Amino acid sequence: MILTPLSHISMPLLMGNSLNVWSEALVGFNPMGLPLGLVILAAIPLVFIALYSLTYGVYGERKISAFMQDRLGPMEVGKWGILQTIADILKLLQKEDIVPTSADKFLFVIGPGVLFVGSFLAYAVLPFSSAFIGASLNVGLFFAIGIVAIEVVGILAAGWGSNNKWSLYGAVRSVAQIVSYEIPAAIALLCGAMMAGTLDMQKITMLQSGSYGFAHFFLFQSPIAWLPFLIYFIASLAEVNRAPFDIPEAESELVAGYFTEYTGMKFAVIFLAEYGSMFMVSAIISIVFLGGWNSPLPDIGSFALNAWTNGPVWGVFWIIMKGFFFIFVQMWLRWTLPRLRVDQLMYLCWKVLTPFAFVSFVLTAIWVIYVP
Amino acid sequence: MQELDRAGMGSVRVTRKGNNVVVLEKDLATEQMVLAMGPQHPSTHGVLKLECLTDGEVITEAVPYLGYLHRCFEKCCENVDYPAVVPYTDRLDYLAGMNSEFAYAIAVEKLLDVEIPRRVEFIRVIVAELNRIASHLVAIGTYGIDLGAFTPFLFCFRDREIILSLLEWASGARMLYNYIWVGGLAYDIPSDFNRRVKEFVDYFRPKTVELYKLLTENEIFVKRTRGIGIMPADVAINYGWSGPMLRGSGVKWDLRRNDPYSVYPELDFAVPVPDGKTSDVGDCLSRHLVRALEMEESLKIIEQCIDKMPSAEGFNPRSAVPKRVRPKAGEVYGRAENPRGELGFYIQSDGKSTKPLRCKARSSCFVNLSAMKDLSKGQLIPDLVAIIGSIDIVLGEVDR
Repeated sequence: MILTPLSHISMPLLMGNSLNVWSEALVGFNPMGLPLGLVILAAIPLVFIALYSLTYGVYGERKISAFMQDRLGPMEVGKWGILQTIADILKLLQKEDIVPTSADKFLFVIGPGVLFVGSFLAYAVLPFSSAFIGASLNVGLFFAIGIVAIEVVGILAAGWGSNNKWSLYGAVRSVAQIVSYEIPAAIALLCGAMMAGTLDMQKITMLQSGSYGFAHFFLFQSPIAWLPFLIYFIASLAEVNRAPFDIPEAESELVAGYFTEYTGMKFAVIFLAEYGSMFMVSAIISIVFLGGWNSPLPDIGSFALNAWTNGPVWGVFWIIMKGFFFIFVQMWLRWTLPRLRVDQLMYLCWKVLTPFAFVSFVLTAIWVIYVP
Repeated sequence: MQELDRAGMGSVRVTRKGNNVVVLEKDLATEQMVLAMGPQHPSTHGVLKLECLTDGEVITEAVPYLGYLHRCFEKCCENVDYPAVVPYTDRLDYLAGMNSEFAYAIAVEKLLDVEIPRRVEFIRVIVAELNRIASHLVAIGTYGIDLGAFTPFLFCFRDREIILSLLEWASGARMLYNYIWVGGLAYDIPSDFNRRVKEFVDYFRPKTVELYKLLTENEIFVKRTRGIGIMPADVAINYGWSGPMLRGSGVKWDLRRNDPYSVYPELDFAVPVPDGKTSDVGDCLSRHLVRALEMEESLKIIEQCIDKMPSAEGFNPRSAVPKRVRPKAGEVYGRAENPRGELGFYIQSDGKSTKPLRCKARSSCFVNLSAMKDLSKGQLIPDLVAIIGSIDIVLGEVDR
């Protein structure tokens, strides 16, 4: 291992560089010709997100909803109820794993698995910092959009396999919703890709770095970028079944939608996938429009705020903070708004978001071509 | 290419290729699915079962099945003394126990022809109106949940909790009060009660505005409720609707005004009916609006009652309570405006017994629910949920 020269006194930079070295050393770790080091490195963000989404996503949701509703939320397990989710997971682990007798057993069992894989595969192409990316694909964005569609298969398998009328309703609604909303979402992301000129997530992020911080983000680089940004945010709410588009699991209509019949760990896996997708779409919107792991702080004169707050470790911090921010907005909306009806949801998708997505696509194209 | 109708296949589109018939398209409009909504379902507000015939998400027919919470109220009444019926009436509409007791007391007092002290009347009106607010808060809050808005529900329950603790302070119980007795009250109100009620009124006024902003004016909420489940006034009257349901259809019918009882004629309050501007008259939003506006009228009534109430000097809440209720032979129908409509008690007395010969409760929820078949035809499942929520049923009163 090579020690970084101590000329960089700044602590984050020191950490960052040694981390780079460390990760490069890990990539070179190939016992018996197997790229084990690479796998470990790729798994680190995934494991982090899995832990995050299970414990602190759920905990955050409960606390945020509690504060919005004049309640305290979980307070008993640990200080401020911090360990509440762990207790819940332990409870779910102990639960009997029930497969209904009339269910299609194969589909019922693989449903949550497919759902989980669909939502977590996209993490492979998310750049967590300049040093952290699972797979630096040159079509990363395309991969992220495409792989999420696998979730639909899992949802349909779960809903159909449960052999429950409510589950089937939930599954059919969900499939219709996700497939429809992929169109405005993809077009909106394409606007970002057009501004970058690449589908590589890492390159998209790098194009948004600079000493003026947030001023380099695509959202602020063109006067029309807020339109695809807004469209993608709304469409992403629908894609991850969050309120006001949570009609597939509308608890007052469909009991619990496609996961009505699930218990124990299978239920937890579905839940994990849901929180995983929440972070995933939040990370994608931060990468494409808000600079990903770039620091939003600008340099002010000789006060090099941007340089100090950039680096591989800071990158992880920034992208997770940006992701958390969007998750917070998602929760905020969920606990404020009522739910749309299925036909209103489809109306919004096909007659509002999709045309506006096309408009923003054309405007962005004009901007990219004629404005240097 | 031709259309054929084959046994068991519905209508199919076929084409001929040589000697073979090739099916191009089968008619997919096939069977209807029976969907049992309830008795264990989050939005049926208890143990109501709706058997829906559905074509996709469109409901072609919904039939309510009742009786899961039947507790033989009327048979119980025939076996206990007149005053002992009061606790049973609490368990009819358990969200508005005071109002149920009030209706029963009115019926028996009519039969007995007793004079009630004025202070008792004022206290009765205050607790009944407080309970009306509490009941409407539950109705509005759960309606929010039915449409996916969770937060207004908890806001409503936070405010309802204050009312419940006030009523608990007066009667000793949170929901099943046994406070309004035949001929009087169980206890006088605590000495500081009126001040605390006034405090609540001052606290609650801004909260209704907050609720209005959060729920009633919400674009999505209006989209989900406006124009859904429209009930014309004439059909509503034919069904025997009453209360906020009937007023939602534009009929200005409130028993506190149209068949005044207690001290209501002395009080100044409006009977809100939808004007057709913010909502289509008779739809779910109108019924919701009527409830929201009624809460403010109830606040007005409470304030006036506190001002007009005679002092507690030499007051005995049980002074007119008969030692033994043995009415003359006859029959009576007493009714009161409950949060959910007209609750009436039809009582027959044989003149010998201290127990009613017959005690029939005319339940508002039951009557309102009977229109379900009409309301649900051709609606989507989410709209059905919105309609059930707007009827605001309490299964305790439906099944009795």
